Amino acid sequence: MGFFIEVLIGGLLSGVLYSLVALGFVVIFKASGVLNFAQGSMVLLAGLAFVRAQAFLGETFPFWISVAGGLAFAVAIMVIVAWLVEKFVLTRLINQSSLSLFMATIGLAFVIDELSQIAFGSEVYAVKIGIPREPIIVLTGLFDGGVLLNSVDLWAAIIAACLVLILVVFFQKTGTGLALRAVADDHAAAQSVGIPIPWTWLIIWSVAGLIALAAAVLWGTKVGIQYSIVFLAMKALPVLILGGFTSIPGAIVGGLLIGAGEKLAEVFIGSMIGGGIEYWFAYVVALIFLMIWPQGLFGERLIERI
Amino acid sequence: MIYHEAGQFKTSYKQDMAMLPIVQDRWSVVALVTFAVAGLPILLAFGTDAFTSNYLYSAILIPFLILSLASIGLNILVGYCGQISLGTGAFMAIGAYAAYNVAVRLPQVPSILAILCGGIAAAGAGIAFGLPSLRIKGLYLAVTTLAAQFFFDWLFLRVSWFTNGSASGSVTAPAVEILGIKLESGTGKYLFVLAVVVLFSLGLKNLTRGALGRQWMAIRDMDIAAEIIGIRPVYAKLTAFAVSSFTIGVAGALWAFVHLGSWEPLAFSIDRSFNILFMIIVGGLGSILGSFLGTAFIMILPIVLTRVPAALGVPLSTSTISHLEVAVFGILIIFFLIAEPLGLARLWLLAKEKLRIWPFPY
Amino acid sequence: MMTVIPEPAPGEQAFLGRQVAREAETILDIENISVAFGGVRALTDVSFDIRRGEIRAIIGPNGAGKTTMLNCVNGFYHPAKGSITFKGRKRAQMRPHEAARDGIARTFQNVALFRGMTTLENIMTGRALKMRANFWQQLVRAGKAEREEIENRYLVEEIIDFLQIEHIRKTQVGVLPYGLQKRVELGRALAMEPDLLLLDEPMAGMNLEEKGDMCRFILEANRHFRTTVALIEHDIGVVMDLSDRIVVLESGRKIADGTPDAIKSDDRVIAAYLGSH
Repeated sequence: MGFFIEVLIGGLLSGVLYSLVALGFVVIFKASGVLNFAQGSMVLLAGLAFVRAQAFLGETFPFWISVAGGLAFAVAIMVIVAWLVEKFVLTRLINQSSLSLFMATIGLAFVIDELSQIAFGSEVYAVKIGIPREPIIVLTGLFDGGVLLNSVDLWAAIIAACLVLILVVFFQKTGTGLALRAVADDHAAAQSVGIPIPWTWLIIWSVAGLIALAAAVLWGTKVGIQYSIVFLAMKALPVLILGGFTSIPGAIVGGLLIGAGEKLAEVFIGSMIGGGIEYWFAYVVALIFLMIWPQGLFGERLIERI
Repeated sequence: MIYHEAGQFKTSYKQDMAMLPIVQDRWSVVALVTFAVAGLPILLAFGTDAFTSNYLYSAILIPFLILSLASIGLNILVGYCGQISLGTGAFMAIGAYAAYNVAVRLPQVPSILAILCGGIAAAGAGIAFGLPSLRIKGLYLAVTTLAAQFFFDWLFLRVSWFTNGSASGSVTAPAVEILGIKLESGTGKYLFVLAVVVLFSLGLKNLTRGALGRQWMAIRDMDIAAEIIGIRPVYAKLTAFAVSSFTIGVAGALWAFVHLGSWEPLAFSIDRSFNILFMIIVGGLGSILGSFLGTAFIMILPIVLTRVPAALGVPLSTSTISHLEVAVFGILIIFFLIAEPLGLARLWLLAKEKLRIWPFPY
Repeated sequence: MMTVIPEPAPGEQAFLGRQVAREAETILDIENISVAFGGVRALTDVSFDIRRGEIRAIIGPNGAGKTTMLNCVNGFYHPAKGSITFKGRKRAQMRPHEAARDGIARTFQNVALFRGMTTLENIMTGRALKMRANFWQQLVRAGKAEREEIENRYLVEEIIDFLQIEHIRKTQVGVLPYGLQKRVELGRALAMEPDLLLLDEPMAGMNLEEKGDMCRFILEANRHFRTTVALIEHDIGVVMDLSDRIVVLESGRKIADGTPDAIKSDDRVIAAYLGSH
């Protein structure tokens, strides 16, 4: 039982990271109806920018300045990317089908992946931001030997929770958030009441960039920053299917479910059929889920009009 | 002046609906096919040494033809029926491994039949993974086809039954034999692949310009309106999935049997899926001709790209060049989606239109 | 004693001409339909019928539930209550393509053409249900497939002639002006040779000349192709001229039903359109 709980909690905590990446997808999808395939690449770029800038600054400055400087640099990069995307991709694809937009973000993913590796290198870089890495053992009273936890995961969970809170407040309580939701609902109507569409795109892609940075830093602390993070981030796609494409709580719950589900499946089923099922489990779960519950757990059911 | 159609009167709907209604087009295609079937092999046999001709066949012509076939298959689904797929690599893999299993386990089955079995297996998988498209729309399908990609990657790598016991998943196909003749020379392989590709192109062109093709396009352009005029979305979508995956499966089997000979699951990874998706975006969604043009473009581009920095005197490391190459693909995709969503095929049509009215501007 | 047969008055002549429609069988019978979206009641207990061969108009202010009514008839929405009987068959739930199979065609308020296809292809697609060549025949385009394409092309060309859109036969419909798109859409619906044709604001956004043309097409379709027509239209003048009988909806309820003359003088209709005080 203790082992089961350990696997479950480990899965839940790595699910938090899926949730974070999925959040980035949801934010963009909510505001512009674009399924941004490049979200994983943005995680890679943000992570590389942060790690390399921090390492560079760390040579001359004290630790905390290098961390702050690295974060500032990565934020700047993500905002510039958001601006470039808005300027050279989104505004030029207005009124195109969502299929074209999606394919354009696949192109974008390739561009970001490769250019960020050219600019920042393509090795594995460890992230050190002072989060303790020692394992913690809890619940020793309940189970034999207790339950082993990773403190990075706990930090990730706390930071993710804070981010979600900020996002919810931002969308529901601020004027900008209201404008963004208006744009999401109807571009033309939002424009007619004076909301500048390109500006909201810039905001939304920057926000997605920041979420990507948070995900990158936390993920990087666990496994380091490297190209394969793109594939880990792709797991956010099945998360979206479980949670619904437009729901922030959906992204969180979906992420946790996928994270826990795939770890449990790997440990308890995978060992029976050759292992490595983590690789596809999330996607196949999403596929089955789609057949039963097409609009996701928290998705909005739309009335089709014609 | 050579491309004027003045004086060519169509007196029946049959003529108007022909695949190539203009005489010059018909002759060009006949000339092209004749050249591909006879001219090119003769030229290569007498004009070059054995090494060069073999290189041309195995490194350029055969891969070009097989990837074109896969592009056409994907174009049926994405370009004609409007359903996105990121699982082309997986369906090629299914074609390859199914054909391999038939060929190895039932050695008395002729090679062509084994390759067709690959197509049939892929079609079955395509239908299974296309089923969600009946309940959901649009981009969700990106995820279900990704599911196919990752699942089959794993299956062929880890479940050794499919690879006849090979632990690493790498296998070697038995030699292809057509009517008792073993395909060994480059020329023979090339002609075989060419025949398959020409037959598929003709058949699929017929489908797309007939009733079924109109149903697919209706679903693509406005699925609700399509249903309201009596098109069954189930039938239209699943036939598109089946036809598309069958074609891709056959392409996968050819890729494995004729081009690679021996291969491992990595040959059909998600990179292959994107590669072929890019071919149809660049070539033109919803165009058979575009599939060929896009394949040629995507195949030639890296060859050009690797030479440009050196030619300009800019020393770049090989890894930078390979990163840059992929980045350029990405930029091209975005560029085509913005500037010419119908791709090279559309540019080709515009050029033809210009030629038709030349020397007048309109 | 001689019976004097009175000469029909000029007004009555037209009336007698429409006797056919009045006494014809009921093709569509709608009984107590109710539809709700969440808490919003789009239709409440609406009943009316359509007779074979007539032009039946559905009018009412915006949001009265007219389009919802058509959506129920062709199976796009499923009413929560009530029944729809078409050609004598009562149906519970039906998908739109089954309604099409039964002989119901439809045009839309916002044009719903296949934008990437040409005019010809759009109208040919309207023949989808009549094309029966199997997959293999289509693959080699021989035998039945080829024959069908040609036969149907003849019929489609007739429709193209009838709607006077020969010049845009091979133009992609996405680039056509709105008025022509509406015409192509009518062509696609006519290509289905429907028993019942549902037209949702076929004249919206048209100028006077285009409206005149469209009226002519609808009348001709009704007379020559013997198509029963159900029509939603805001232009009251057009409605009064075209239709045999009119249903008036307001806020999801039927408030009047009758001949144009009866509707014209109905107090509730006047109140609904002009506001009551």
